[in-house]
Amino acid sequence: MTLLDDFLVRATLAGLGLVLAAAPLGCFVVWRRMAYFGDATAHAAILGVALALAFDTSVFGGVLVVSLLMAFTVSSLSNRGYAMDTLLGVLAHSALAFGLVAVSFLQGVRVDLMAYLFGDILAVGVPDLAVIWGGATLVLVLLWWRWSALLTATLNPDLAFAAGIDPRREQLVLTLALALVVAVAIKVVGVLLIAAMLIVPAATARPFATTPERMALAAIAIGALAVIGGLQASLEWDTPTGPSIVCLAAILFTLSSIAQALFGRARP
Amino acid sequence: MSGLNVQLGGQTVLHHVDFSIDSGEIVTIVGPNGSGKSTLLRAIIGAVEPGAGAVTCKPGLRIGYVPQKLHIDPTLPMTVRRFLDLPQRVHDEAARDALDEAGAGALSGRQMSGLSGGQFQRVLLARALLSKPELLILDEATQGLDQPGSAAFYQKIAEVRDHLGCAVLMVSHELHVVMAASDRVVCLNGHVCCQGEPEHVASAPEYRALFGTGTGGALALYRHEHHHSHDHDPDHAHEAAE
Repeated sequence: MTLLDDFLVRATLAGLGLVLAAAPLGCFVVWRRMAYFGDATAHAAILGVALALAFDTSVFGGVLVVSLLMAFTVSSLSNRGYAMDTLLGVLAHSALAFGLVAVSFLQGVRVDLMAYLFGDILAVGVPDLAVIWGGATLVLVLLWWRWSALLTATLNPDLAFAAGIDPRREQLVLTLALALVVAVAIKVVGVLLIAAMLIVPAATARPFATTPERMALAAIAIGALAVIGGLQASLEWDTPTGPSIVCLAAILFTLSSIAQALFGRARP
Repeated sequence: MSGLNVQLGGQTVLHHVDFSIDSGEIVTIVGPNGSGKSTLLRAIIGAVEPGAGAVTCKPGLRIGYVPQKLHIDPTLPMTVRRFLDLPQRVHDEAARDALDEAGAGALSGRQMSGLSGGQFQRVLLARALLSKPELLILDEATQGLDQPGSAAFYQKIAEVRDHLGCAVLMVSHELHVVMAASDRVVCLNGHVCCQGEPEHVASAPEYRALFGTGTGGALALYRHEHHHSHDHDPDHAHEAAE
């Protein structure tokens, strides 16, 4: 375990574990235009933190339960045809506000709110690593198992029905995976930047991919680069680590967009 | 195929719809907007639950479905070949055969988002053919195609039917083309107004009441182009004949 004694090694492993799950799931978030959905689920997590601390249970469990509740609520409301962007905007930010207020009620516990809002990847311990990799593996297995059905349902719900796939069930799979990723990511990048880890690597990978699988793999590679580079940068310049990772991912996205604008236009 | 019997009750868009289709038959559903044409197809593939009544079909019936429109988000990279692998992977040979059959042989490596409307519909057809369907369902499959394009597409459908012996159930707005390509026409407006051979339906009073003299004129134009004109309603006849 000598390797894991190094906080930098633990932080890198934590980031890579998150990327492994968040990048492929993020592709679905991008393809299905669920960015706000991810935001709402992530922001609800702070409420989960407050509840977990109030009832003295594990933060991971509290976040998972509340994120699941939020994800299922949004998911079922979207099937009823509400105006989604407004509704998600309301839910996402009110969940965050209620969470922050709930945390302030906690007495006797000193809560480092910043750690939950922006993550505290450098403080990741070995038990955290186990949780992160366990959750990430679960998400990967889920996505691997349902991959084809998920893609078909993403393309067109009726196409899925005709092939004997229930798109509502596939949406539940994504909902579950999303809640898991949020619970895994809270320690790494915090509730405010989880959506970034979902969307930015996937969007960066898009110009270089010809099939969904290649896009997912490229997103993992780009996310991993952002994690490793962001960690180094934050050590070098003493910047907050989670935001540094997201900044690097955003820079990679910009470069990828420029590359597409320069070289992509040649073939229509 | 034992045939389908669809009954949807309550205040839904379809009231007590009874109809069946046999193998080898090409049946077209026509009807005004909001008449429940797509809903009927979606009930057959199981995308909507009937409020009352039931859809019965042969156990293990293989359905090939070509949706009305398929919007592929530009963020989703998808080659034609990869698209054919959804939801089940198929052999290269089977994929090539299906593409050839649908008249889309050269498109295998192209991105779905880069296809023209006609190419896109052919790829959708190829994908539907991969399951060797016993029932092929097409929902306004020629929307957005020009008239030669859609005529060629219907020609293709007839060839596929002859080749596979499958039943074909389709919805279309292009009455003049469809009438010529179908064995049977079902005129739908929440319920089955009338059905039968194209000529029979075209002359039925229920059909004329639904589509007015304009479309009736177009049909008459199609059927009797050389000795029939509709001077009393030239705009409609012209518009529908385009």
